[in-house]
Parts: sequence; C-alpha cells; structure tokens
Amino acid sequence: MHNKIHSQINGQINSKIHSQHNISIAGENSLIVYFGEAPSESIASEVAATAAQLRAALGALLIDLVPSYASLLVIYDPFNTDHHAVRAAIRRALASPVDTDSSQVGALVTLPVYYSTESGPDLQLLADNAGLSIEEVISIHQQSEYRVYAIGFAPGFAYLGELDPRIAAPRLATPRQKVPRGAVAIADRQTAVYPAESPGGWNLIGLCPELMFDPSVEPSMPVQVGDRVRFKAIDRESFLDMGGLL
Amino acid sequence: MSIDRNSGFKVIQPGIFSLIEDAGRFGQHGIGLTSGGPLDRDAFRWANRLCGDQQTAAAIEITVGGLVLESQINTTIAVTGATIPLSINKQPRELWQSHQVKVGDRIELGFATSGSRGYLAVAGGFTIEPIFNSAATVPREALGGLHRDGSPLQAGDFIPCPDSLPGSQLRVSDSHRPDYSSNSALLRVVLGYQQQAFSTIHKQRFFSSEYRVTESSDRMGFRLKGPATKPTVDGILSEGICLGAIQVPADGQPIVLLNDRQTIGGYPKLGSVLSLDIGKLAQLLPGGTVRFEAISIEQAHNLLLLDQQRFANTLLEQIDLYE
Repeated sequence: MHNKIHSQINGQINSKIHSQHNISIAGENSLIVYFGEAPSESIASEVAATAAQLRAALGALLIDLVPSYASLLVIYDPFNTDHHAVRAAIRRALASPVDTDSSQVGALVTLPVYYSTESGPDLQLLADNAGLSIEEVISIHQQSEYRVYAIGFAPGFAYLGELDPRIAAPRLATPRQKVPRGAVAIADRQTAVYPAESPGGWNLIGLCPELMFDPSVEPSMPVQVGDRVRFKAIDRESFLDMGGLL
Repeated sequence: MSIDRNSGFKVIQPGIFSLIEDAGRFGQHGIGLTSGGPLDRDAFRWANRLCGDQQTAAAIEITVGGLVLESQINTTIAVTGATIPLSINKQPRELWQSHQVKVGDRIELGFATSGSRGYLAVAGGFTIEPIFNSAATVPREALGGLHRDGSPLQAGDFIPCPDSLPGSQLRVSDSHRPDYSSNSALLRVVLGYQQQAFSTIHKQRFFSSEYRVTESSDRMGFRLKGPATKPTVDGILSEGICLGAIQVPADGQPIVLLNDRQTIGGYPKLGSVLSLDIGKLAQLLPGGTVRFEAISIEQAHNLLLLDQQRFANTLLEQIDLYE
C-alpha cells in the first residue's frame, strides 16, 4: 500500500515529494493521504501542515478533513471538482516545504490535572503493575510533551502520544459503564482527557477541570490535531476552585 | 433566532424513533463530530421539494413510524420514503404528495409496510436553532435536533415552523417513486482504502455473494452477515472514515458505515458504497439482502452528476385541487 510514488506534476518529476507519501481513493468524493506507517512527531506536524495548506488551497471545494495519526482524509465537493484536481492540490501541498522541527508546529496547551486515588481510581493499580510509586507515575505523566495525534471516538476526544513506556498500561478487561467528564486516562502508549461522561476502558489517573469540548464557545476545543499538550498537577482545592467536580 | 411559539406542530406521539435532520453537519470532523443528516437523502430532498423550493430544510426522519402530530398552523406538508400509512384527521392521504394542513389537523403515521425510513417535510422547513451549523440530530453525540442535545422527538415537543400561504399541490410521478418492497438492494462500491489487504479470491467472493442485514444496524452503520471476506491485516493505524466506508473486522463480516459513523477507526476498509445507494441500504429491514458491485471512481463521479441532473430536471406533477 505504501509504494513509492513517482509523482508527476505538469510532466515534471517533483523531487520534493517524499517517497513515503501515498494518495489512495477512499470513496466517491474522498482521497486519503498516507504519510508513513507509524505515528511520529514529524509525521504529526506534516499532517497538520498539509491540512492547513489544503484548507487554504481548496476553500469551498473542501467538505471536510480528517487528520489522524499518519493520514489525512480529504473529502471534496464532487459537483465542483474531481479527484484529479484534488490529487494535484494534495501533491502541491505535500511538495511545499514543511518545517518538521516539531517545536515550531502546533500550539502548546497546558492542562491542569488533579492526580489522586480519589480522582483517579486506577492510579494505585497502574503504579503497582508498573513497579512505581503513585508519585512517580504522576511525575512521569507530567514530564512528557504530548502531541495531539487524532481527535475522534466522541466529540472532543483527543488522542495524545506518546506516553512514557514506564507508565503505559493496557485497556481494562471490562470497560466502565461510566467514566466521568474530565477523566485523565491512559491506554497503551496514549493518554487522553474524556470530554464528556461516557463508557470507557482506559485507566483513570486523575481529573482535569478544563472542558475539552464546549459547544457554546468558539473554538469548542482547547486543542486541535498537531498541537502539543503538557499536564500540570494541581491540588484538590485548586481543582474545586477551577470548577472541577468530585 | 426568534421562534414563534404558536406557529408549528405539537408532537402527540413521537413514534419509534423520529429525528430532526437537515442535510447534515459538515466541516466539523476535526473536532470529532460526525456528519449526521438523512439516511435516505433522495427521499428527504423529494419531501422538501414537494413543500417548495427547498432541498436541505430541516425535516423529520421517521424510523418505522408511529409519529402523530397536531398542526397549530396552516401550511403544506409532504411525506416520502418508506410506505407508511398517512392520514390527516383520519382521512387516508397519499405519500410522495403535498397536502394542505390547517390549525387543529391531526397528522398520523402508521407503521411501515415496506422500507423503514420516512421523511416528513413542511413548507419553509422546521425552525431549528443550529448547532455547529446544522439542525441534524446525532443521539450518540448528544448534539443537534429540537433541543440541541441529540434527543429524538418526544411527546409534548413543539416543533416550530413558519406560516405559509397555500402552495400548489404537487406529487412525484409514480415512475420516480422508489419501490422498497423487495427488501433487497444492489450497492455500488468504489474500491479504495486498504483494498489491497484483501486477496483477489476474497474480493471475488465479496462481489459475488449475498449479504444479510442484521439486527445490529442503525444510523452509525449496517452490520451485514454472509461469506467472510477476510483482510490480511487485523487492524490499521486509526484513520478518517468517509460515508459508506465498508469496514471489515477480523471476523470478515462487513459493516457499512453511515451518517452517524465515528470519524476515525482502525479496522481495514475495502472501499465505500456510492452515496446514491446509501438510502437504498438504509431502507432495508433486518433480514433484507444486499449485493455489491464494483465501479470506478470515474463512474461514481458521472453517476453523481447525472443524479443531480435527474433530480433538477424531474418535474413534479400538479394536482387538480377540485378533483
């Protein structure tokens, strides 16, 4: 699937197009761009940059975009353009230089977290299984800067990676019927904040008082795909002051 | 938006599952919102056209039936889609046709005898305050609809709509009405996504077999049952899912993802069902059968454009008011 492409634009080989890019048909009015086999910092920046360029280049011809770990789904208006023109626009976007210095792409957002066994029912077990103290788990979770790799599953659910392998943990064997809004959670090498109360199988280690999805404000999410996220521990009192609920 | 609380329809009975839908919610996949919108887009736009020059106005998608409304306005309505007995003040009325209603009229829908989704449109559309630019109800996201919270219509709800002068009474000619009675559909597919992860044998089996619609079919997706079409990979890195995408988990039983699908997912996909055929699939009842046919993206593009022309150039028939 990820064959080398020798793309030709106007009859000329464009050497800037990196061999790992592949554009496939997804449906009658959708193309999907693959940037590589596995998620990485540089791919995440490239996906975000390409999405921004296509939004500007296609304007009203674009119906929607779905950026994800290492791909970008491009949905276009088939009544006013076609897959040939959109493919060319994608190739032009891919050919323009992207600053892959990860610190230059995406906003840095800091999210407050009240880490505790009270707010994170899986914290103790996760620490025990990792052979770490609760304090060490909390400290390691805050040390990394995460990238928003994808948003999906539910409105405002941002997949953040990559988590330090020392605190990675598999999903629960039996998902919970009810995970509270704001739950800070871990699954494999990813972490996330549940934007609303929902069922869920991730390990809960704390609560974030900030709303990850609020339809009444613009923008409705504090982060978008490609942004960087850090977590900062707050105490119980600050959590409650910031509107957090226990 | 100011809403006249007196002008509209009162929900006496919501029926099995009735949702406010407009064309759908677009441009919001980036925050994880799905598109929603009518499952049978063709029936939806005919209902709207029967009520005036409107194709995407907010209407009601009625699953199976049971909806009873009381009009508190003089206006024009039309019901299209599944064959659901319609009556106004206990008088049977025809589907695929516009009807005048007056203040106090009781509009009753029975239960579908063929097909499963009906559409009730009103002149000027229902006045629904949009959320993320759309009135579409997505229960799974708790977003959209009359109360903007994704809830289906409930008894006691009041659905506002503008006052309208009586328009000309129109009907869709018999030759342009779909027939859902066979409870089967041929779905055209544009191959794509991970199609190379399916062997030639498995693809041939997929396109030559009959699949059955299971009970686990809803606005998110239709789960089908039939000969297994196994991909050579179990999972993929989660990626964007478009309307009609055919997702195949490890058990080889395909799922066609519809309007309320999740925006990203990690199962291999064979391609996507042509949007013109999504409505035919959505009208099937559990036990209904489908077959698939591969078409090229060029054919798909032509079919979309021709369908647009067909719709624009199909004239509605005028009904003599003094029959």
